[in-house]
Amino acid sequence: MAGFNKSNITPPRWLLAELTYACPLQCPYCSNPLDYANYKTELSTEDWKRVLTQARKLGAVQLGFSGGEPLTRTDLPELVKHARELGYYSNLITSGYGMTEAKIIELKEAGLDHIQVSIQASSQELNDHIAGTASFEHKKQVAHLVKKHGYPMVLCVVIHRENIHQMPEILAMAEELGADYLELANTQYYGWAHLNRDLLLPTREQFVTAEAIAQAFKEKVAGKMKIYYVVPDFYEDRPKACMNGWGTTFLTIAPDGVALPCHSARELPGLDCPNVNDYSVEEIWYESKAFNFFRGFEWMQEPCRSCDEKQKDFGGCRCQAYLLTGDMYHTDPVCSKSPEHEVITQLIDTARAHSLGNEERPLIFRNSKNSKLVQ
Amino acid sequence: MAINPDKPLTFSRLHRLQWEEAQQKYVILYPEGMVELNQSSAAILQLCNGSRQLADIISELETQFATAGLGPDVTAFLEVALNNGWIQQI
Repeated sequence: MAGFNKSNITPPRWLLAELTYACPLQCPYCSNPLDYANYKTELSTEDWKRVLTQARKLGAVQLGFSGGEPLTRTDLPELVKHARELGYYSNLITSGYGMTEAKIIELKEAGLDHIQVSIQASSQELNDHIAGTASFEHKKQVAHLVKKHGYPMVLCVVIHRENIHQMPEILAMAEELGADYLELANTQYYGWAHLNRDLLLPTREQFVTAEAIAQAFKEKVAGKMKIYYVVPDFYEDRPKACMNGWGTTFLTIAPDGVALPCHSARELPGLDCPNVNDYSVEEIWYESKAFNFFRGFEWMQEPCRSCDEKQKDFGGCRCQAYLLTGDMYHTDPVCSKSPEHEVITQLIDTARAHSLGNEERPLIFRNSKNSKLVQ
Repeated sequence: MAINPDKPLTFSRLHRLQWEEAQQKYVILYPEGMVELNQSSAAILQLCNGSRQLADIISELETQFATAGLGPDVTAFLEVALNNGWIQQI
């Protein structure tokens, strides 16, 4: 791309290692690609070690072990040990499913820094429904064990129309479990969440109510628990600064070794995302077509190109522009300056009508059977 | 929260203070986040090892940098660190 050479590209700081697409849960807002069942190959232990070594050398320091469910990889302790030796800060992003006290101790000894446990709701019935798996009591036990063994614990709850009314109970649960951080992640509508949007997107009134409750709680627990609030961008009038800017900070490696500038970038056409089996991380980060595609501002169209806020939000999210306008070069339609902003208003209205209507339409859960049906 | 001058200061077990070769600076690492430190902030935090109180840290830094009158700046930074959970007083 014009205007870029190695000297003005910042090095990666964050490496997201999606170890596998295998997952015992079936959350209908999963950010994995709809056709994940097609990607059967997984990088070997040695491949991952090489990738970790190369990315660390470039400057990556935060490392997320994610998936799918990363605990399904039996080599996880070995990868954690390698990461610790390299000086990474290792985050395990898990559903808790399959975690045991012995494993928590083994991972601690290997050098794992932090465990993020996801819970789907504050009640067993709703948690197990959304997860598609009976898992509520076990997740709470895992959260206790994480604290018992001296890890900082992030409790992550993805918020959507089915659980947003539980906000007070979710906050009370986080307090009871001794979470050091609570991530209230309003659903981002990609992948499976895009597919289920009419059933998941809360109304504006629901958002406003839940946000006020979360805000009051944040003040109450200041100094004891930190709240990460992932904003619901459909109700904002400016887009999110997606990935802190394309190819500036974040590097995701998918289970099959494909390197992605964000974990949804697989959905974008024509990027030719490179594979770590073919190129070094350094070549991928600095020289690949995919990572240079939306670097800087040259690619922008109006109204982004002449916008005085482009340095702040980088035109928003490329995947969202593609999913909602059909053109990945367009302004993220969340922006009220976008000529296509009406798309957002319409999808909010459609979801609202759906929430008030009588039409019975089931959530499409994330599993291999549905993955083969919906692609 | 203000610093209690009679209690030792300890760097938090839930954070990690580390030199980053690629960035040529010290950083604080914590779940999914990082704070970059300048040289003086890093020097202050490195002294929070659970055995020094506020006055010990100030005098040690004044010796280290061969200067006087660091008290107000050091105290102000340690309060920021305490309120961010980077250090603790138990």
